[in-house]
Amino acid sequence: MRLPPGVTSKDFSDALKQFAEAVGKDWVFSSDDDVALYRDSYTPFWHEEEEPIPSAAVAPNTVEQVQQVVRIANTYKIPLWTISTGKNLAYGGSAPQLSGSVVLDLKRMDRILEVNERNHYALVEPGVSYFDLYQYIHDRGLKVWIDPPDPGWGSLVGNALERGCGFTPMHDHFDAHCGMEVVLANGDIVRTGMGALPNSKTWQQYKYGFGPYVDGIFSQSNFGVVTKMGFWLYPEPEAYFSGNVTVPKRDDVHALVEIFAHLTHSGVVQGTTSVIDMPSFAPPDPQLAALRLSGDTKALEDYLAQKGLGYWSLDLPFYGPAKVVAAQWEYSKEKFSSIPGVRFREVESHRFPLDAEQLAKVRDPVPLGVPSLGVFMNGGPRGHGHMDFSPTLPMTGEAVLEAHAVLDKAYRDLGSPTDAPPGVPVFAFFPRALVILYWIPIEHDVEKNKRSRAIFRGLVKTAAERGWGEYRTHTAFMNDVMDVYSFNNHALRRLHETMKDALDPQGILAPGKNGIWPKHLRKEKA
Amino acid sequence: MRSLGAVLLLALGLILATRGAAAPDESQLARGQRVYQKWCYPCHGPGNDKPGTVAMAARGQKPAVLEDRTDLTAAAIKFPVRQGVFFMPIFRKTEVTDADLDAIVAYLMRNNKPSAQK
Repeated sequence: MRLPPGVTSKDFSDALKQFAEAVGKDWVFSSDDDVALYRDSYTPFWHEEEEPIPSAAVAPNTVEQVQQVVRIANTYKIPLWTISTGKNLAYGGSAPQLSGSVVLDLKRMDRILEVNERNHYALVEPGVSYFDLYQYIHDRGLKVWIDPPDPGWGSLVGNALERGCGFTPMHDHFDAHCGMEVVLANGDIVRTGMGALPNSKTWQQYKYGFGPYVDGIFSQSNFGVVTKMGFWLYPEPEAYFSGNVTVPKRDDVHALVEIFAHLTHSGVVQGTTSVIDMPSFAPPDPQLAALRLSGDTKALEDYLAQKGLGYWSLDLPFYGPAKVVAAQWEYSKEKFSSIPGVRFREVESHRFPLDAEQLAKVRDPVPLGVPSLGVFMNGGPRGHGHMDFSPTLPMTGEAVLEAHAVLDKAYRDLGSPTDAPPGVPVFAFFPRALVILYWIPIEHDVEKNKRSRAIFRGLVKTAAERGWGEYRTHTAFMNDVMDVYSFNNHALRRLHETMKDALDPQGILAPGKNGIWPKHLRKEKA
Repeated sequence: MRSLGAVLLLALGLILATRGAAAPDESQLARGQRVYQKWCYPCHGPGNDKPGTVAMAARGQKPAVLEDRTDLTAAAIKFPVRQGVFFMPIFRKTEVTDADLDAIVAYLMRNNKPSAQK
């Protein structure tokens, strides 16, 4: 049996017995076969000793059981790694950062506590997936939308805490939350915002409560275990429309992104979209590949024009009253018409609600608030998973061009097996920044994974030198990413550590999460 | 640990179907269908938007929709659920319990032909 670091066999055995008394023996997993179920299915360490493996898992069903587990862990100094649905694939899945941690699996806490149709919010536990909440709403015919990220089996709580994103107007998931319940490392329970007021009538309607707004410290952190979370939902809109804009020249990206920024910051465009460079998304062709490497922009523009493609492509999603949506598209076209050679195309138009037959014909249901697993087709039928390198950029054309040039070159120079990276979208996930996303494959091949890890670490450093930092990362690279957020001699990390020592002095909660290590492991691991 | 050999064994298992257990009762089949609908259908249901179905079709498995198969074995169903295969991740017992998995097996083997039940 694997042991948590620094814990004796007897103490671990005693802790497991007490976990079983707290949650029931069927919900403590310590056999090798059961523990193996908590491996990261997309680990970049396949067949390597470095792969983080837990020592056991414990799965409480109530917040009281979470309190008991945390208190037992404190008694025996057992590190706990919390997961919600455990489907944070590409970012570590259900595996811990520190080998030997006990996974605190909250999947059984899957209660939908409230869905309010009049004020458009929900209150859920961590084990509730996007599929679960969608089905609940659908079964009752409620006129509210959820905002799923690409894979629908994730947890609303987990995804929001990781600051994940979706596609509808509620696409910034942490921003869309309202109120938390948190079990602290000492077993105490805190409710944030208006939840601190007993019998509060506005826990899911007013975020800030009274005093410092502390919700942020429980995201991408290891300062507590979130056991409930409220979310604002989107009132079912009357209509959805998406239109496509293409522009012919490489340098048109400046005007394209500037106009888009104005439209989205003005609230004219409300959903997530991406700035697509057609050279990397056009159908594969040896001539195109050679042109991409040649640096001959004019020849590349001519090639794309011959194929009937623009150099840049941008979909614009609109949600709301049908008349307003139509007016927003017309207004957007008017603005983009200042770019010579711009072309417009109507992509999708829907009026809600859709019946099952209509929904089945939708190209991608996720932007319509319907969860799916369709994104898993991106890796091909024999893919083994991937990691996402995803730094944030300013919302400017200059940043898009510079990021493509600098990171594509780094990708090649760091040993990529392909001459040019596959399609690299630039997403407008967040209100004011762009995110460029490199999909780095995982293989069941030690040498290939070593190369992929080296590419990833190299990209982190190259991006940081240009002022671009990742918004989120795989557990394997959390130290690397935290390390580049280094202003004033790593003042932010030192602040995190100060909070860690105050809130979790024995360092039992998720050691290493986002590069935050407890005092006793700090020198060794950070 | 997963390996290409294990994947090939899985593929072999899909071809050489056998079944020795007694026929499941209706409640077991109903449970299996319910659990399948929740956990398997979003990836293995019919349609070009289901990555499991699309991948199985691309790998030459016919029919690609699991519910249409008549040659599945318990091992061929349980292995990918508990070990993962290609991009399909591992499913934990807090997601699909052992009893749930047995019910899925009963459901997916409900149409196996007697000749395949050796």
